[in-house]
Amino acid sequence: MSADVFAKKRRNSLLLFLIVGVATIVSIIITEYNVAKGFTSVPKAVQWALSNFYPTMDSLAKLPDILVKLKETLLISIAATTVAAVLAFIFAVLGSNTTKVNRFFGSISRGIAILFRNIDVSVWSMVLLFSFGQSSFTGYFALFFGSFGFLTRAFIETIDEVSGSSVEALQATGATYLTVISQSVIPSTIPQMISWVLFMIETNIRNATLVGLLTGSGIGFTFNLYYKSLNYDIASLVVITIIISILCIEFISNYVRRMIL
Amino acid sequence: MQAEGPIKSFSLQADQILDKQLRERLSKKPFSKSSIAIRTCGLLLTLLTIYAFISFDYKDVNFIDALLLTMDNLGKMFFDPHLKHFNFSHALFQVLVTLGLAFLTTIFGAIIALMLGLLAAENISSKPLSVVIKGTVALIRAVPTVLWVLIFAVAAGLGSVAAVIGMTFHSISYLVKAYSESFEELDKGTIEALQASGANWWQIVFQAVIPSTITYMVSWTFMRFEINFAVAVAMGAAAGAGGIGFDMFMASGFYFDLREIGAITYFILLVAICLEIFATRIKRKLQVLS
Repeated sequence: MSADVFAKKRRNSLLLFLIVGVATIVSIIITEYNVAKGFTSVPKAVQWALSNFYPTMDSLAKLPDILVKLKETLLISIAATTVAAVLAFIFAVLGSNTTKVNRFFGSISRGIAILFRNIDVSVWSMVLLFSFGQSSFTGYFALFFGSFGFLTRAFIETIDEVSGSSVEALQATGATYLTVISQSVIPSTIPQMISWVLFMIETNIRNATLVGLLTGSGIGFTFNLYYKSLNYDIASLVVITIIISILCIEFISNYVRRMIL
Repeated sequence: MQAEGPIKSFSLQADQILDKQLRERLSKKPFSKSSIAIRTCGLLLTLLTIYAFISFDYKDVNFIDALLLTMDNLGKMFFDPHLKHFNFSHALFQVLVTLGLAFLTTIFGAIIALMLGLLAAENISSKPLSVVIKGTVALIRAVPTVLWVLIFAVAAGLGSVAAVIGMTFHSISYLVKAYSESFEELDKGTIEALQASGANWWQIVFQAVIPSTITYMVSWTFMRFEINFAVAVAMGAAAGAGGIGFDMFMASGFYFDLREIGAITYFILLVAICLEIFATRIKRKLQVLS
């Protein structure tokens, strides 16, 4: 009997390895990925980076320009996240199983969240580029839609996890719907939600670089400009400023998380 | 804030019912460290948002007009999609290519991250090694994936090689963090028991560490696969990695064909939703198992 179990286990894991292996080979073939080139290009890239990809004294003259763009990008990411968080909270309250008004609104708000979450920011930015051009709005709305979908899912999970029993307790005392939300749902979920918002701001700064590349605005455009004109020293300076700002925000959000959770 | 109201209005009775210590604790609660942090955080974010809206580069865009145009565009995209520059089977194949890119980066990332994650977990590795690996990984994670891909593109040329390596870098850094944190949650007693019985490092890893964390690892890896699919679409558009993202970039940047973007969006949406449903199902199944 026990030998059977082990044999079955071994067969199952063998099958899993086989499937993963076949899928890998198929992927390599259809993406035209060159394995040998993949291995050799890593040391080549490191070598190139060490000899070209560092800021020189001349490139420091561009630092003020870069910082202006960086500030713009950071502000867009923060503004998009906070406004999306407010809207996402409303949708999460309507969509959560513990606090939904009725089944109809619940499934509608969850459906909207699924739609927005699964359309990537790169798609949004390309569509919005048609109507908003190269203004800050394009990046803002692209990040806004993406964050809205993600935060709604995160908030729904938080509300379901944290506030089930306290909502029930308040409902038993005859509290109105709005009282339940303001006295039970918000106080019990706010630390978790702030933690999610901070995580989203981090993610959005990274995404903002991508959106900037595609739409020609913000720090992504600055990088692309110097990268395409082969000014690698200035491009590396842009990368360093992005690294520093993301690490700073990660540090701040870890600190805040320790305080509130 | 919630504790203040009821206590004040019933202060006479409360004097008798609640002892002094309890009342002090109740009245202090609203001004705890965490509520101050929450309020400061909320206030700062609000102020920064207002400042952001004031300082935006509006470039004379008429907001209402642009918004109406967006609605119109979205309507064209979603209610009247068509394929003009390529056919259905081509689109399907390109979706497979994008999935392939995501799969390759996830597998490569997971294998390398497993080894690094074992070395980065404090309880089965040494402290200095763990600090070095975690620091490096945090640095790698801070650089956006696009920039990694573009940096590798200089050495390898634009295409799937640069895309896979650049995306793998980011996957590794993400998964090392996730894996090492779940390894560190492992009960200390398990490792000690194995060490006491004379097991070597490999035996501890394969008999205790991996079997007890495999459920977390699978769900984190699948989550990364979902992210990698979205990233692969973006890389096709921004870094010429091929796949459906590149077709979308052509449709928007060269043909200005909104209806084709709509059709492509449907393809991406379909795959993404399938992946999400699959992921939730795996998570639920694993939760039942563990």
